[in-house]
Amino acid sequence: MKVVYTDSLVIGGGLAGLRVAIASKKRGMETIVLSLIPAKRSHSAAAQGGMQASLGASIKGEGDNEDVHFGDTVKGSDWGCDQDVARMFVNTAPKAIRELATWGVPWSRIRPGDREVVVNAEKVTITEKEEAEGLITARDFGGTKKWRTCFTADGTGHTMLYAMDNKAIELDIPVHERKEVISLIHEGDQCYGAVVRDLVTGELIAYVAKATTIATGGYGRIYAVSTNAVICEGMGAAIALETGKAPLGNMEAVQFHPTAIVPVGILTTEGCRGDGGVLRDIDGYRFMPDYEPDKKELASRDVVSRRMTEHMRKGKGVPSPYGDHLWLDITILGKAHIEKNLREVKEICEYFLGIDPVTDWIPVRPTQHYSMGGVRTKPNGESPGLKGLFSVGEGACWDMHGFNRLGGNSVAETAVSGMIVGEYVADHCEQTDISIPTSLVKGFLNREQKNIDTLFARESGENVYELRDAMQTIMMDKVGIFRDGAHLQEAVDELKALLKRCDNIVVRDKAPSSNPELVNALRVPRMIKLALTVACGALARTESRGAHSREDYPERNDRDWLKRTLSYWKNENDELPTLEYEDLDIMKMEMPPGFRGYGNDNTIHHPDTERRLAEVEQITASMPNADRHEIQEALLKYDLPEKLKGKNERVGVGYK
Amino acid sequence: MSDKIQIQANGNGPGRKLKFNILRYNPQLAGDKPRMVTYEVEEAAGMTIFIALNEIREKQEPSLQFDFVCRAGICGSCGMVINGRPDLACRTLTAKFPSGEITLLPLPAFELIGDLSVNTGKFMRAMSERIGSWIHSSDADNRDLTILEERMDPDLADEIYELDRCVECGCCISACGTKRMRDEFLGAVGFMHVARFHMDSRDHRSDDDWYEVIGDDDGVFGCMTLLGCEDNCPKDLPHQTQIAFLRRSMVKVA
Repeated sequence: MKVVYTDSLVIGGGLAGLRVAIASKKRGMETIVLSLIPAKRSHSAAAQGGMQASLGASIKGEGDNEDVHFGDTVKGSDWGCDQDVARMFVNTAPKAIRELATWGVPWSRIRPGDREVVVNAEKVTITEKEEAEGLITARDFGGTKKWRTCFTADGTGHTMLYAMDNKAIELDIPVHERKEVISLIHEGDQCYGAVVRDLVTGELIAYVAKATTIATGGYGRIYAVSTNAVICEGMGAAIALETGKAPLGNMEAVQFHPTAIVPVGILTTEGCRGDGGVLRDIDGYRFMPDYEPDKKELASRDVVSRRMTEHMRKGKGVPSPYGDHLWLDITILGKAHIEKNLREVKEICEYFLGIDPVTDWIPVRPTQHYSMGGVRTKPNGESPGLKGLFSVGEGACWDMHGFNRLGGNSVAETAVSGMIVGEYVADHCEQTDISIPTSLVKGFLNREQKNIDTLFARESGENVYELRDAMQTIMMDKVGIFRDGAHLQEAVDELKALLKRCDNIVVRDKAPSSNPELVNALRVPRMIKLALTVACGALARTESRGAHSREDYPERNDRDWLKRTLSYWKNENDELPTLEYEDLDIMKMEMPPGFRGYGNDNTIHHPDTERRLAEVEQITASMPNADRHEIQEALLKYDLPEKLKGKNERVGVGYK
Repeated sequence: MSDKIQIQANGNGPGRKLKFNILRYNPQLAGDKPRMVTYEVEEAAGMTIFIALNEIREKQEPSLQFDFVCRAGICGSCGMVINGRPDLACRTLTAKFPSGEITLLPLPAFELIGDLSVNTGKFMRAMSERIGSWIHSSDADNRDLTILEERMDPDLADEIYELDRCVECGCCISACGTKRMRDEFLGAVGFMHVARFHMDSRDHRSDDDWYEVIGDDDGVFGCMTLLGCEDNCPKDLPHQTQIAFLRRSMVKVA
């Protein structure tokens, strides 16, 4: 029995996981990162357009601060987020970006004076202030009131991940590569670490830790076409689900990005539209202003994706052998801008489409992109169901995104939540001792070994790739951008049948060491369980909120559905997840539910909304001499690690 | 970009038979021997080597090992030798090869994991530790994060980004003649990172410090200027210019 002991075990070597590892290592904890791949290859590297932080240094970000960022984030979430978490996030984002600046990210900086930009398809000149020279600049992104998305060309995730991993290397944090976690070790209400399979040797190893952090990213690959890397299969969420104790939050909240290329689904950044690109239909017509006259192409992602789909349904799509698509036109931005600030997009267009976006339109359509759902956590990052189990980043439902994430808030969440939760993980390691019998460890190792042995012993049965393809097709066809009860019910029934068939998977290749087919045989049943949490959550939620859009229930229903879905897989032999719900308390909200500003307002309001609105107004009115920080504190109290509590300085306004 | 090819974004594929000759060898299996195996795949429109290899694994040879992560040319996982040249397999279209015959070998100079999978991770971590690939500054961990960030020349930030685009795919190492002869030779990926930190105003290392890292034959003086790195870098990084620059800087110190 091979057992590795450590204080802080981090599963996943992307931005969020590495930042947690850095925090715990800096606090003196022995720390190990487990990763399927070398850390610098993690999907964080694929984030292109940027990271939101309200630095407000660029002239188009003037007046920005935590409050504006908070408002955009809550609205973007369609009031589905946890507002105290959103507050923790917006207050820490400027610190996270400044920390990454000291660690080496070459953030694009402000050049004072005039520069030409494209706004609403027209070239305009803006003038950056002298006093802002050399500070971090920002570009426009969807669903935001200010230009707030800080960037390094369109390779932001790459430069952030390299700086973060290099910091981890400096701190001598070991990254155990090509290791896959296949189950969590737990008993009662306590998590003790994980069972890991070495993807090269096939060996099973137990990692025992005081704190185990799941930072494994999203579950986009349960869909047939996704912008996600091939490793984004949701395995962190799945092993948490399989404990029966740790709930997953809002699994039905799945984001579709408006502009992935057709047919392969590779992303072109929202920065294309943020920098002035437009969407066109089969006639070359720019259609978004007809649907959303105010924000046009820069409406929130869920809105743009739905409008594009609507427009294609009207016959305005461009037909292709791979189905209809629309055009993304960035030609107006010009060669110099594209080759400097959108060069990854240019490379992708050249290599995968054989076109030059300087002169050609890009074929795009909405494609699965982001998982708002994940391992449900408390604001400190810990699972409400298992002590010592934490989760961060896209893999978590910390819940700052609710039902729709804003562009630029994803890499921001990784760095910020890693920073915050990393401190709580270190606190936990300092304050906790665990005692664990070797029999418990052995029991989990034996269970996993037995599962593998059973797979190897079967001589005929189901092909794992066929099961995976069937699941992905069901999710695409029936649990997509627009949903309805009939199709969701079919999806649930069909996925349930697929899960049953997983009991009979055959692995043709019997090699005990590296064995890609075995890897898939272990993953696919878990992916189908996740797919079931998405489909069941979507079927049960009879309203439309953010990215969850029910054609049979088009209104957002705060009265009945202002609540977070919690999915459990209570018993190993269950055929479906158990859904429970957690209410969002309007009376504690700083920003009570309102109208997002897209389409018609058909919200069914909750009776508390009016009460809380009056209360907020009254509290604000009762503090005529207070500054925005004091009013904020009076409306919503939230906690942060001591070292992250400070106010953030901005050029021209100081700490106001 | 010299070998940029034009494909019909949405056209129909030619449907020809492709022949993939792939090196097969799993060092984990006792008695296994390296050998070339040929697989046939029907070409589809816009087919990449990523798509073809997955098809072979799922329909013909379940044990075939290879590495892909982003499949978009961003993460650097899938470097392999494709018809004699190291490149990223995920963004290499099969249409690029008129003969329809594609020979795939694992990147040389790295530890072989199996078939087309090599351990670039271990190599790159050691490289990073050797050159200290992080900002060396007393400020990096003690700065008050509530105050304005340190200002930086916008041109300098852009120039650093140009060198920071390296994805550590390992193609430069596999294409390096010097590396074949000198096992400890740092190689272009290491020089590119050194050049990047050397340029960065936040990093306080002096040329004397850098001389300790790269001022010998395993460093920048060992380079024979064959420039396989420059010719085969998937990100078109300026290896030749940077190696020459580092060499001049180190000569001054010496």
